[in-house]
Amino acid sequence: MPEQQDGKDKQARIWRKLGLKDFEYEMILEQLGREPNPVELNMYSVMWSEHCSYKHSRSTLKLFPTASPRVVQGPGENAGVVDIGDGFAAVFKIESHNHPSAVEPYQGAATGVGGILRDIYTMGAQPIAFLNSLRFAPPDTDRARYLFEGVVAGIGGYGNCVGIPTVAGEVYFEPCYRGNPLVNAMCVGIMPLENLVLGQACGEGNLVVLAGARTGRDGMHGVTFASEELSEQSEKDRPAVQVGDPFLGKLLIDATLEAVKNKLVVGVQDLGGAGLTCALTETASRAGTGLEVDLEKVPLREEGLQPFEILTSESQERMLFIVEPEHLPALEEIFRHWQLPLTVLGRVTGGDMVTVRFHGEVVAEVPAESVAGGAPAYDPESKEPGYIRQLAAFDPLTLPPVGDPGQALLDVLSSNDIASKEWVWQQYDYMVRTCTLQGPGGDAAVLRLRETGKALAAAVDGNGRLTYLDPYLGGMLAVAEATRNVSCSGAEPIGITDCLNFGNPEKPEAFWQFRRAVEGMAEACRVLEVPVVGGNVSFYNEVEDEAIYPTPVVGAVGLLEEAERHCGTGFCREDEVICLLGPQQVSLGGSQFLKVYHGKVAGKPAGIDLAMEKKVQVLLRGLAAGRLVSSVHDLSDGGLAVALAESCLNGEVGARLELPAADHLALDLFGEGPSRAIVSLPEENLDRVLSTAAECDVRVIELGRVGGDSLEIHCSGRRVFKVGLVEMKKAYGEVFPWIMK
Amino acid sequence: MKFGVIVFPGSNCDLDAYYLVRDVLREEVEYVGYDQNNLTGFDVIILPGGFTYGDYLRSGALASRTQVMEAVAGFADTGGLVLGICNGFQVLTEAGLLPGALCRNDSLQFRCRQVYVRVENSSLPVTKRTAEGKVLKMPVAHGDGSFYAPPDLLQELENRGQVVFRYVDEAGLATVDANPNGSSDNIAGIANRRGNVVGLMPHPERAGEKALGSTDGLVLFESLIGFCRGREVPDNA
Repeated sequence: MPEQQDGKDKQARIWRKLGLKDFEYEMILEQLGREPNPVELNMYSVMWSEHCSYKHSRSTLKLFPTASPRVVQGPGENAGVVDIGDGFAAVFKIESHNHPSAVEPYQGAATGVGGILRDIYTMGAQPIAFLNSLRFAPPDTDRARYLFEGVVAGIGGYGNCVGIPTVAGEVYFEPCYRGNPLVNAMCVGIMPLENLVLGQACGEGNLVVLAGARTGRDGMHGVTFASEELSEQSEKDRPAVQVGDPFLGKLLIDATLEAVKNKLVVGVQDLGGAGLTCALTETASRAGTGLEVDLEKVPLREEGLQPFEILTSESQERMLFIVEPEHLPALEEIFRHWQLPLTVLGRVTGGDMVTVRFHGEVVAEVPAESVAGGAPAYDPESKEPGYIRQLAAFDPLTLPPVGDPGQALLDVLSSNDIASKEWVWQQYDYMVRTCTLQGPGGDAAVLRLRETGKALAAAVDGNGRLTYLDPYLGGMLAVAEATRNVSCSGAEPIGITDCLNFGNPEKPEAFWQFRRAVEGMAEACRVLEVPVVGGNVSFYNEVEDEAIYPTPVVGAVGLLEEAERHCGTGFCREDEVICLLGPQQVSLGGSQFLKVYHGKVAGKPAGIDLAMEKKVQVLLRGLAAGRLVSSVHDLSDGGLAVALAESCLNGEVGARLELPAADHLALDLFGEGPSRAIVSLPEENLDRVLSTAAECDVRVIELGRVGGDSLEIHCSGRRVFKVGLVEMKKAYGEVFPWIMK
Repeated sequence: MKFGVIVFPGSNCDLDAYYLVRDVLREEVEYVGYDQNNLTGFDVIILPGGFTYGDYLRSGALASRTQVMEAVAGFADTGGLVLGICNGFQVLTEAGLLPGALCRNDSLQFRCRQVYVRVENSSLPVTKRTAEGKVLKMPVAHGDGSFYAPPDLLQELENRGQVVFRYVDEAGLATVDANPNGSSDNIAGIANRRGNVVGLMPHPERAGEKALGSTDGLVLFESLIGFCRGREVPDNA
């Protein structure tokens, strides 16, 4: 008896060690109809991890609207596919690589880029752009700077080498990201619709082919590592972080796209999280087929890998193809040219079992659907955190007035979140492929499409601080801002992808934040009529019980019918008229001003009227289409004063403005609220701009004129401040070169 | 008049050069694989930017040993025009077709930004249509672009007119701030003695359309085309 007891305890330790709960193990027994052997248990444990199975988020994600007449492929495949006319489609997705970047910033970020890249060309699309959204602790410690510097270098290191431009992004700094930075990478691709290929193992008798890098021990159980809170132990998990080889990645893109174009493959699946296990079980489960593979055929980087290691390794730059036997020679020819290994592992079978042999012996035999889709969907407990009401009760207008508004502007311009991120993006090649019409530093990136003569705009946005104060509102704002930025460039938003970065969903307060943020995002998507076509959830962003701000990040993609129509954020010509579009309502609650000037994250942020947001975006696109304005800039962090300063700096010209009478100067200058933008235009267009705005039912106020070499703001006949371009440039531009020296 | 664009494993500005020649200059252009050994029929060979063989070992080192580079050397020997851009420049120095070496940027970081270069020698096939002292705006995007040569070689390059482009500010002055990578004497591009092989770190092929920020790079290609067509090009501009 004691011996048997011992044996059972040992086994219990095995599945718990692999991150499975007792209840989940019971489910596996039931679905499999027997006890899994250790190899099978490893397969289940990686696929039933939070990262792969979305077990805490699946039921909530159903709230997202995912359809529109343009959507060809929504969530569930490697990336979303949206029809952009002329027989072409845009393919895009965003994904997190937070945990790996926390312990190994360069490789963590680099493989994040490599991973999202594979998701795009796996669908058969040519990747054309990267975007990213990053969060760090303030760069005032060596550790914070090390993570920031390493992540930026890793993103550049991979993206530059594969020759896909990194065209836009955002970086924010808050103490809550100290132990757990956020690294969200997005990729956009384009393809002829007829080239679309899915991750499905179709056709009994077809070959299962593995291509690309050899398999090693890197990234073992990376998905399990990503599905736990970070701790002191995490440093020891460094081997769970994969190592990227962008050169191999570049060859794999070229070879895969050539194979897709020549119609040599019927199914493609990249090997990312959970490695070969995921690729085998997902392709079989999507197609409703079975697979038989011989594991000893997998080319290895080192001798002696055990079957479970080969099955769960997350070695990068690998692809799985499903190939009709007669096309194998042509496929081999392509991979030979690019000097890449290509190996037939097995074939597609009838039935629904994935059978894995190793030197002739069956080491695993599992139902594909059970491993890939059998994990439980939890409905976690949800509870409003106590801080919400407490922080909302704070009224920023009770704070003492600003003594020197000009100095306040310079202080805000030189704060970490607002200051120019040129130090970051000058490390990214944002021009390669010569399609970048608008690169980093604008509201949205704009990329011309040689194939159709049109252009795509893309932006990525999220505000953790506001989502922390009001998750429902923060969710709505993320969708509104990303799509507004796309509309600012003149493009019509056609879809979004989301990266949801939250704490431990097993804690009711963290789950409440998640649930409310998703509800807000879903509501915004419905009103703005923009579908969610894919995304990623990253839970367990906690260190020692301290969670990050709930941080939903939205990547929006828009279609611009005429590439030349886009306009930039900088004022262009002296004497042009400057107007403010959008509603009046702003707040200092949760604002950058409050954070920088008073060191507080509190208060009620300005709410959003989604119907008005929609009208403003229609107006912005109308102004671009009619070529009525010379510049457009979204009002975001830092409010009106910062947006004006940025338009001056980007255009290298000053401006003189007269604000309507102010009740509260700081609120008027630095208050933040959604659905607003500043435009500059030639005087002769003013009437048409006013009438177009009236047709759209959007408020417009004429504020002043472009000109001179300073930003000068007057109010009620008094000069509020006059700050020189040179001073602003110094405040805005020299922060990061100095900090990161 | 036919351009060839070499495609090494890891080249990634091959399509930028290709589309510029085809769509902007409207000349004939073909890709040439790294495993080819015949360049008959081409007038100009472009070695494009990128990260050939991942820049492993040293930037351009592995690509310089590919089969096609033997053909490029033969092509240059017979007076063919060769233009190496960015990684292509690195490949040419590694192949010994151009002197000197390209080292890590002094910032130790990759740099992508617009720079200005001054034409130092306008008598070459690649600069014939511009003029000495002319300032051109074009982008750089590289991590290993710091040109190095020992002092006696630098002097020799200078004396023989092999320094073709120099990093300058907008006003044409070769200042420290204008130098994006710490290159010796602000050197951005050089030629071989004969003047038919030229390498430069900035990207003229990315400065060929107004929508991309500059058209100043076009003159290099127009010069090459003019030279090949055998037209007398007056030193104007």
